[in-house]
Amino acid sequence: MTGHSLLGAALPMVAAINWHSLFFLLFASLACGFALAVVFTTNVVRMALHLVLSLAATAGLFFLANAEFIGAMQLMIYVGGTLVLLVFGVMLTAQQPFVSIRTSARDQVLAGVAGAATLAVLLVAVLSVGRWGLPASGEVDAPTATPLGMALLGVRVDAAGGGHSGFLLPFEIVSVHLLVVLVGAAYLARAKRRRTPRPVDVLASADPPLAPRPAVAVPGGVTRGASRSALVGSGDAAGGGA
Amino acid sequence: MNAVLPSPTTIAALVKIGLLVGGLMTAAAYLVLLERWIAAWVQDRKGPNRVGIPLTNIRLFGLGQPLADGLKIILKEDFTPSHVDRVLYNAAPLLILAASLAIFAAIPFGSVLPPLGIPGLPDPVPFLVAPGLDVGVLWVFALSSIAVYGVLLGGWASNNKYGFLGGLRSSAQLVAYEIPLGLGLLGVVLAAGSLKLDRIMEAQATSGVWYAFAQPLGFIVFLVASFAEAARLPFDLPEAEQELVGGYHTEYSGIRLLLFLVAEFLHMITAAFLIVIMFLGGWHLWGVTGSAAEVSWAGALVRFAILSAKILGVIVFFMLVRWSWPRFRFDQLMNLAWKVMLPLGLANLVTVAVVEEYRPWLVERLGSSGAGWVALALPWGMFFVGWIVAGLLTPSGTDNRPIHTHGPLDAEQSLAEDLVEA
Repeated sequence: MTGHSLLGAALPMVAAINWHSLFFLLFASLACGFALAVVFTTNVVRMALHLVLSLAATAGLFFLANAEFIGAMQLMIYVGGTLVLLVFGVMLTAQQPFVSIRTSARDQVLAGVAGAATLAVLLVAVLSVGRWGLPASGEVDAPTATPLGMALLGVRVDAAGGGHSGFLLPFEIVSVHLLVVLVGAAYLARAKRRRTPRPVDVLASADPPLAPRPAVAVPGGVTRGASRSALVGSGDAAGGGA
Repeated sequence: MNAVLPSPTTIAALVKIGLLVGGLMTAAAYLVLLERWIAAWVQDRKGPNRVGIPLTNIRLFGLGQPLADGLKIILKEDFTPSHVDRVLYNAAPLLILAASLAIFAAIPFGSVLPPLGIPGLPDPVPFLVAPGLDVGVLWVFALSSIAVYGVLLGGWASNNKYGFLGGLRSSAQLVAYEIPLGLGLLGVVLAAGSLKLDRIMEAQATSGVWYAFAQPLGFIVFLVASFAEAARLPFDLPEAEQELVGGYHTEYSGIRLLLFLVAEFLHMITAAFLIVIMFLGGWHLWGVTGSAAEVSWAGALVRFAILSAKILGVIVFFMLVRWSWPRFRFDQLMNLAWKVMLPLGLANLVTVAVVEEYRPWLVERLGSSGAGWVALALPWGMFFVGWIVAGLLTPSGTDNRPIHTHGPLDAEQSLAEDLVEA
């Protein structure tokens, strides 16, 4: 009987919970908590992991705000892409296991200034929002992927005929930016071939350590070397040398 | 009392989650048995065939084996080495299993049920945990890329050279093959015009042309990349028992090892689901399942059975491949990803884009059946061209002979050789 009355007491409590706010608080505190953990950890791999969790919680916030496309992109690009590479790089370059990082006082001051400036900008933006609350019922079920894709290609479905030109220009600028980054990365990571002189060039340059060689005096060697350089150098000498 | 219960939609979602997780876990256990049977059959020996009903002599072809295996590995000592990073060591298996289960929120496991008559429930009821998710393909893709962390962190936190190497190999492999995987997937998304997996199935059922036939090149690219993403045998470098004694899970034992192994199996099942849903028509079979708009109980059951049968077929293919090809070397793996699969995937994407762009024009000129044939012929032409070019260039063929570069001292060497000749 007591079990039944307990259940009877618990169910209204469960029903009374505002699940949206609960999950918002959960994801928001996770994001903030792990962001702080990134700052205060010294182990570099743990740092990367905390960043992963913080960004994943941010993706949860996007999903909660019905911005599924942005949420999935956040998971895919930041959590699943960029940070995998970051962790990969950290793991490859760490000299000893469980390497730790100490930040210098100068860096801490700089980071504090930059962080405070960003926070000020964000606070101004947040305080300028008129109304905070759940979206109206009509806005909830709108699919997000198609209008976003259209807007990126220059067609604003949400503001038809309102003089909005879409986001084709920023999209193109970002594409060109990414292309530049790709080319740069390919240039930096290219195979750097060490130029080694061919035997003929070594003979021709006659460096001091290599110069006093008995082989130069031998007619056969010289002839072959000469013919080779002739072949490379000028066309008319090729016939006589061969 | 009724007012305080969660909404019917929530209950329906919970029921679906229960069915899916229960079904997947049981399926994973029995697929391990199937894998061992197939391995035994390929190697011409008897597989596990003894464990039947406990405490009796009934053997049942060894169908009790998964239960015995599960009990054994759960009751084993869960040993944590002293040199590990404890937090990450414990978190890694949970992370990888959670990510591989969460993927199924966006994967349909059947068609739709007819309306159940429960007020508040959407009718018809889709076989999908999160039917409102507009970006199902992206969700699957995002979560499959999160599964890398389990492997990576498990390998790193073990503080073991084998585990670390396995983790590094795995992350490089998974990052590399995500690109061909995405390219193969993009072709399908472009042709179906939706990021929802159930819409993609419906599009194939409506046209009657599975995307494996319409985009052969994309199918091959996706198939190979999903083998690599699931780390199945030609691509099982992250584990490589012979070289890395298990790779990233070398230091794991007991139930944590079980979590890793189940997650790996789930990756294979996910890959099979995606291959069937996106390229092999999903629940569609010509002349059996009817059009996408028809909704009936019998139809729902038949479609579920067809989807499951196709998925089982793909999984058996995965298991046969395991004993048919040797493991790639790491440079071959990377060459295959970047020099073969990436260009082929791009070629497929461009072909699909061209076909979809000019389809109305073709329909106008040739009629709808003629346009359909051209839309099939172009990708197949591209398929053979791509095959021949990849075969002629052999970008993943490698020369194992040591590279000899001429240094300054080689001049004297060759000169000496000249002397000898003279």
